[in-house]
Amino acid sequence: MSSPKPLLAAHGLVKKYGQVVALSGADFELYPGEILAIIGDNGAGKSTLIKALSGALQPDEGEISLGGERIHFRSPRDAQRAGIETVYQDLAVAPALDIASNVFLGRETRRRGPLGSLLRLLDKRGMRREARRQFEELGIGVQSIGEAVGNLSGGQRQGVAVARAAAWARRLVIMDEPTAALGVKETGQVIDLIKRVRERGLPVILISHDMPHVFELADRIHIMRLGRRVAVVTPKTHTMPEAVAIMTGATPSELDNALTKEGSAE
Amino acid sequence: MAPTRTLQLVRRLITAPTVGPFIALVATMAFFSLKTDRFFQAQNFSLVLQQVMIVGVLAIGQTLVILTAGIDLSVGTVMALGQVIMTKLAVANGVPVLPALGLGILTCVGFGVLHGGLVTGVRLPPFIITLGTLNIAFALTHIISNDLTFTGLPKLELFWGRTFTISGTDFTYGVVLMLVLYALAWYGLNQTAWGRHVYATGDNREAARLTGINTDRVLLSVYTLAGLTYGIAAWLLIGRTQVGDPNAGQTTENLDSITAVVLGGTSLFGGRGTVIGTLIGALIVGVFRNGLTLIGVSVIYQYLVTGILVILAVSVDQLLHRRNG
Repeated sequence: MSSPKPLLAAHGLVKKYGQVVALSGADFELYPGEILAIIGDNGAGKSTLIKALSGALQPDEGEISLGGERIHFRSPRDAQRAGIETVYQDLAVAPALDIASNVFLGRETRRRGPLGSLLRLLDKRGMRREARRQFEELGIGVQSIGEAVGNLSGGQRQGVAVARAAAWARRLVIMDEPTAALGVKETGQVIDLIKRVRERGLPVILISHDMPHVFELADRIHIMRLGRRVAVVTPKTHTMPEAVAIMTGATPSELDNALTKEGSAE
Repeated sequence: MAPTRTLQLVRRLITAPTVGPFIALVATMAFFSLKTDRFFQAQNFSLVLQQVMIVGVLAIGQTLVILTAGIDLSVGTVMALGQVIMTKLAVANGVPVLPALGLGILTCVGFGVLHGGLVTGVRLPPFIITLGTLNIAFALTHIISNDLTFTGLPKLELFWGRTFTISGTDFTYGVVLMLVLYALAWYGLNQTAWGRHVYATGDNREAARLTGINTDRVLLSVYTLAGLTYGIAAWLLIGRTQVGDPNAGQTTENLDSITAVVLGGTSLFGGRGTVIGTLIGALIVGVFRNGLTLIGVSVIYQYLVTGILVILAVSVDQLLHRRNG
């Protein structure tokens, strides 16, 4: 189903923290227009992989390419410049600032003319207008765009984070456990949002523990175990228990087979 | 005006972060007005402002630092060092007044850069860094001054103590400068992207970094600007005392600047607060000290009261923080 060329690809990523190996040669591909879920047990390397792809950390080995070109992200800013936006579990919103300020955080627009260039005056009205438009497009209901994010519910806060990502992402959006801290109703709202982001043509990488949601949303499912990708399945080819079995190592996957062969060859 | 807009306006007024401190200030003033006739007089208010101006300017720098979830314990001693350098160079070393002032201010800025560098580079807690520089600046002040007080200062060094009269009441130029600095700090924090980044960094440094903000640069700018305010405060201090005194600024200024910030509603947890609140907080501290003096309470009890005040204010901050998560 997927087109032959991946939009974002990684090969042989390695990341070590002293003795701990977080990534041990992980591969990764994301194709245009898809929602790719990443699942894995705690410590399987999901978050490290995501951080490497979003510029939050630099892998020790391996290569990453975006649209066929090799890239080296030294900071989240680099990834953002390349058109990659990341939504973190409960991070990256500043509760004391209002919604519009959060959407524009780090990318504030200034007033035109000398007010902006010399006095560095912010274009607050313009930013609010743009944030409001963004929210309407994504169908997020918020009473006042000037409301401090700290006064919002968890679901609304995550809505702000998703809107922020969708507003700025030109290539793809990464979401790290976007519903982990939310209730049932709020989770449903965020899931609808993720679908709407895909409808805009932006591919989404979704890290989640929630299997029913993964199987509802994902086009493909990338399974991590022990710091590498052990399998890529789809909701059509595999059932939930099968995916979980691969994730926990209960089912010998291709990689486990390969490892056994290596081991016996020694 | 539509009723909903009026309601909104009322709601915003009630929930504005400076309302609490402002009520506290009015209550304090009402209390002392009832206690003594000498309090509620224009000339006395002018005196309060003069007494507030040093702590007020220091508290601007302290606000910036505390907004980033830091704290600066060295404000008073760094200012004292700057003041001693300014006056000694001019009086004892025959340095022209402008370079003497410049070097004094530069020394304070240097301490700010040092704080910022250690916070971002070595990632030390600001509490320990500034506890160290408190002692370093204290020692340097006494080494450089040789415990001498410098008098016969050039006019420019005394400038901020000069007064002008509005309808019979004297105001110093230093008070005007303080208000101008508050206006500048307000502008920077509320009307520029830098201000947003200061709040975001203080709120959650890692989240701000992941958002793409260069948090190290923000922190470095905050500590450097704080150092600059201590340098300006040093100049104001000379205007106020008319001498270069190595023992000035070493006792009440540190705690008073923190008290002003906290009373003004800025959270020690970072990310929340306003510089206007700090001005009100500084005025509360000033009114307390002035009022207690007027009703004849000895200086020792003023320490007692400010100590209790700061703990009360911090407790309120902690309770609010817990409730808001």
